[in-house]
Amino acid sequence: MADQDDRLTKHVEDTADAADGGSRIPTVIADDLHIVYRVNGAKTGKGSATAALSRILRRGSDDSARGVRKVHAVRGVSFVAYRGEAIGLIGSNGSGKSTLLRAIAGLLPAEEGHVYTDGQPSLLGVNAALMNDLTGERNVILGGLAMGMSREQIRERYQEIVDFSGINEKGDFITLPMRTYSSGMAARLRFSIAAAKDHDVLMIDEALATGDRSFQQRSEARIRELRKHAGTVFLVSHNNKSIRDTCDRVLWLERGELRMDGPTAEVLKEYEKFTGR
Amino acid sequence: MSDRPSPDDGLSAAELAAKYGLAVSGARPGLVEYVRQLWGRRHFILAFSQAKLTAQYSQAKLGQLWQVATPLLNAAVYFLIFGLILEADRGMSREVYIPFLVTGVFVFTFTQSSVMAGVRAISSNLGLVRALHFPRASLPISFSLQQLQQLLFSMIVLFAVTLAFGSYPKLSWVLILPVLVLQFLFNTGLALIMARMGAKTPDLAQLMPFVMRTWMYASGVMFSIPVMLADHPKWIADILQWNPAAIYMDLMRFALIDGYGSENLPPHVWAVAGGWAALLMIGGFVYFWKAEERYGRG
Repeated sequence: MADQDDRLTKHVEDTADAADGGSRIPTVIADDLHIVYRVNGAKTGKGSATAALSRILRRGSDDSARGVRKVHAVRGVSFVAYRGEAIGLIGSNGSGKSTLLRAIAGLLPAEEGHVYTDGQPSLLGVNAALMNDLTGERNVILGGLAMGMSREQIRERYQEIVDFSGINEKGDFITLPMRTYSSGMAARLRFSIAAAKDHDVLMIDEALATGDRSFQQRSEARIRELRKHAGTVFLVSHNNKSIRDTCDRVLWLERGELRMDGPTAEVLKEYEKFTGR
Repeated sequence: MSDRPSPDDGLSAAELAAKYGLAVSGARPGLVEYVRQLWGRRHFILAFSQAKLTAQYSQAKLGQLWQVATPLLNAAVYFLIFGLILEADRGMSREVYIPFLVTGVFVFTFTQSSVMAGVRAISSNLGLVRALHFPRASLPISFSLQQLQQLLFSMIVLFAVTLAFGSYPKLSWVLILPVLVLQFLFNTGLALIMARMGAKTPDLAQLMPFVMRTWMYASGVMFSIPVMLADHPKWIADILQWNPAAIYMDLMRFALIDGYGSENLPPHVWAVAGGWAALLMIGGFVYFWKAEERYGRG
C-alpha cells in the first residue's frame, strides 16, 4: 500500500502542473486501479462438454486450471479529476475505456486499488432498462425511474423529453411500442431519456454518434448544458472532433494502461500520430 | 498553465479523498441504509414488474387475455392427466378435488416461477446491472412482484372454478390475503437467495427445473399427502406436509374450498407459515445484500 501511495503522490503532482493549482476540488480519484473480467469456459475456445467436465472436476485448483480466463481490462490507472473539468477518454477499441467508466460509476468492482468519488457518478446509459415491447411513453417513465428520478420529476420533464427526442414530429409515435421505431428514432429516444437527469459526475459513452445531423447538434448542446450543471464530465468517443469540441483534458488508454494524460490538444496530437492520421 | 504548487501536493490518494469527503465508489452500504435505498426505489421496482408483465404477451394477438388463459389451460392439462387418467383424487369428491388441484397448481406455480425468475434476476440482466446504479435487490424483488401480479390474474380463474364446483364466498375467504402475503415474502426471500447463487453460477438455471419438479411432486399439488402416504411411516407424510409449498397450498385450499376443512391442516399451521416466511425473507435478504458490490462482475 505504501509504495502505491508514493506512485500516486507523484502523479497528483504531475497533473497539478498541467492545470492551475490552488483551490481545485477533486471529484474523482482513481488510485492504481485494476479491473479484471472473468470469462467462463473460454480457455480452449472449443467449449466442449469434456472441457466443461474437467473444469468442474478441478474445482479446487486455481482459476486458470479451471478454464476461467481472466481478462485484465484496466491495469494500474491513476488520475485525479477536478470539478468543472470535461475529460475525454480515447484509445483504440478494447483499450478499456468503457470498463474504466463503469468502474468510476461503481458498477464494476476493482480487483486492486480504489476509486473515490464525490456523490454518485452516473453513466449516461439507460438503454438496458428499456423494453422494446412497451410504448415509448411507458419507456420514458420506466427509464426515468431506473435512473432514480421520482415520479413527479418524470411528470415535469415528460413533455421536454418527448419534444427533445423529436419522436412525435412525424405523428403520434410515442404511444407505439418501441420495436416499431426505426433504429435512429429509438436511439434518439434513448438519449433523450438518459439526458433528462442532472448529475454530479456525468459519464457519456459514445452517445454523440446517434441520430441525424440536427439531432446531433441538439445533443451536443444538451451535453454542454449538462456540463454546466455537473461537477465533472467524462466523454468516451472515437470522434476526435467531438472530443476537441467538448473536452479540456484527455486521458489516453492503450491496452488498459494510461498512456497519456494532459490538455486535449497535446494528447490528441500524439494520439493522431500513433493511429497514423 | 501555471506552475503554482497546489496545497494538496504530497497527499496520498486516500488522504486527498478524505480531505474533500470523497467516498469509495461502489462500496456496499450498511443494511439499514440499503433498506432505505431500496424503499427509495419502490416506484421503479413496481414499474419494472408491471412492464415485464405487460411485455410478456404484447406480441400475442389475444394480448393480455393470455394472463388468464395460460393458468386456465395449465389447470385443464393437470385435470386431464391427474383427475381423469391417473385418478389421483383418492379420498375426495369431484367437487373438492378439482378446486383442490387448481389451487395447488396456481399456488405452487407462484413459488416455482419466482424461483426461476430469481435465478436469472441478476445473470440475465447484467446489462442493466452494469449500466445503472440501484440496489440490486430491486431485481429479484421486482420479479417476485411480477409473479404475484400474475397470480392475481390466476385468482380470477380460481374463483370461477371454486364457484363452478359449489364453494361459495364465505368468511374464510378473507384468509386468502394473509396467505398471499406470507407466501409472497417466502418467495421473495427464496428468489433473493437464488439470485445470488445464479449470479455466481448461471448453470443453476439449467438445474432448477428438475429441482422444482421434484419439489412439486413431493408437495401434494395433485394429491392429498396424508391419504396418498397412508401405508408409509407417518414421519414421511409429516415432513412433506411441513414443507413451505405444501403449507401455503393447504392454507389456500382451506380458505377457499367448502369441503376442505381444518382436519387436513397440520398442527400450528399459521405459525409454520409465518416462520417460513420470516426465515426466508430475512435470511435471503441479508444473504443477497452480503454480495451487493460483487454483482455484475465477470
